[in-house]
Amino acid sequence: MKVLAPAIKVPEHAPAVSSAKPCIVTRNLTAYFGNSAAIRDITVSVPQQAVTAIIGPSGCGKSTLLRCLNRMHETVPGARVDGEVEILGTAIYGEGTSPIAVRRHVGMVFQRPTPFPTMSVRANVAAGLRIAEKTTQPKGSPDEIVEEALQRAGLWAEVKDRLDESAIALSGGQQQRLCIARALATRPRVILLDEPTASLDPLSTQKVEELVYELRKTVTVVIVTHNMQQAARISDSTAFLLAGELVEFDSTRNLFTAPRDSRTESYITGRFG
Amino acid sequence: MRTIRSRHVVSGGMIGLTYLAAILATLPLILILIHLIAKGASSLSLDFFTRMPKPVGEPGGGMANAIVGTLLLIGIASLIGLPVGIGAGLYLAEKRTTTLAYAVRFLSDVLNGLPSIVIGIFAWEFLVRPVGHFSALAGGVALGSMMIPLVTRTTEEMLLTVPTSLREAALALGYPKWRTSISVVLRTALAGIATGALVAVARIAGETAPLLFTAFGNQFWSTSVREPIAALPLQIFTYAISAYDEWHRLAWAGALVLISLVLLISIAARLVTRSRFGAAVD
Repeated sequence: MKVLAPAIKVPEHAPAVSSAKPCIVTRNLTAYFGNSAAIRDITVSVPQQAVTAIIGPSGCGKSTLLRCLNRMHETVPGARVDGEVEILGTAIYGEGTSPIAVRRHVGMVFQRPTPFPTMSVRANVAAGLRIAEKTTQPKGSPDEIVEEALQRAGLWAEVKDRLDESAIALSGGQQQRLCIARALATRPRVILLDEPTASLDPLSTQKVEELVYELRKTVTVVIVTHNMQQAARISDSTAFLLAGELVEFDSTRNLFTAPRDSRTESYITGRFG
Repeated sequence: MRTIRSRHVVSGGMIGLTYLAAILATLPLILILIHLIAKGASSLSLDFFTRMPKPVGEPGGGMANAIVGTLLLIGIASLIGLPVGIGAGLYLAEKRTTTLAYAVRFLSDVLNGLPSIVIGIFAWEFLVRPVGHFSALAGGVALGSMMIPLVTRTTEEMLLTVPTSLREAALALGYPKWRTSISVVLRTALAGIATGALVAVARIAGETAPLLFTAFGNQFWSTSVREPIAALPLQIFTYAISAYDEWHRLAWAGALVLISLVLLISIAARLVTRSRFGAAVD
């Protein structure tokens, strides 16, 4: 068995996958762009209140899988989805379930920060609140909710005197945490992160990683990452995708120390991708 | 093989030519401004803005009616051109690849290139001939029709500069599609669209041909949309081809006022682009 790169430390808390209650369940999930399938036949159970990482080489379908979990995949012209996805017991592709309702409960943060440039810091955080229905509106005044979301995103201390400034006046790392705060403000049960640190410097990356580590206490996090060390550092379980197929899904500790599939082993030891 | 020195000479020569071209490009405007100020400034006075035209032979008088008429015509044209143009631009940007979008894009380019006199004749055919008299409304419609393709295309261009990632961010927050288009995409592009709108206004403010058979001109005070109305370009035209020196002087002054109006609108367009939170999309 190969010895792993020393930089990869496996968190001690990592629970075994089977012991956690599933939050997201996919069954035979296949996603197409036109006629070609970007991911094929993926069946997986993502544990609740834990961080699940999706790793794999470029073009393996990591982002597509993630985007199927909040029905963003279908916003691309010609894209469609087969199979089932259940989040906390709700079939999100079921009849009568609107993509808008799904997205209000499943937050998403993208590779590059996407603050709304015409809005202030405050308005950015509140952006999702303003369109939420009365019934799903979190309790508390808008200002309280904005403060709480910024606290949770670890940004409050840095921006509390700049709430009415333009969001694009913030640094890249701050913008990304602002986007996380914006996603958290509506109190989603699940948050999807699509390579959230890919465009950030190491210090900002560390802040976002610490934040993700904290978030697991209250929400279920699914993170796509290019960076295996990052997956090892912050996730409880890891899915390895290759060419649109799920090769292996296990606790992060098992996947990185005792991979069952030889392709997983090749990938994590750096033989390809 | 060419030497470094000869390359420098060629490079210097080419840079010199581009400088020359840049100067030539702005020269007409500068010459026109200098000429207008020299010829027209002396006839400008408060009277010019507040008095009505006087009959031939009487000194003084102004173009108050034409200034108000031009503003009214711009107002009517904007009421037609802006909503239709911005709406059409939004459609083109959102439904880029539909057959209708291709058709609208092509036709608005054709309309944009249509000689303005043709638009004037068209407005005459439908709005003047049936009612039997010229009107400010017909003039405003003619100018508005000229604005539509300009505003449509600039709106589309500006909306397309809004990155897809912003659209996705809004959708991922649970914004419905229509709301994403309006409160994120349109709002982000708003400064650019406002600039485009002001450029379109500046473009039509000085149009004469579409007004010849529509607004027609009026020597008297009128603000009725159903009556013929005076307009600066028409008044300049009438005065400039007359045989009287006094009228020639007023025509120069009118031209100076008209070009100042256009300049002011263009400067306003610049300021809008630079405004707070605006257009800072990269």
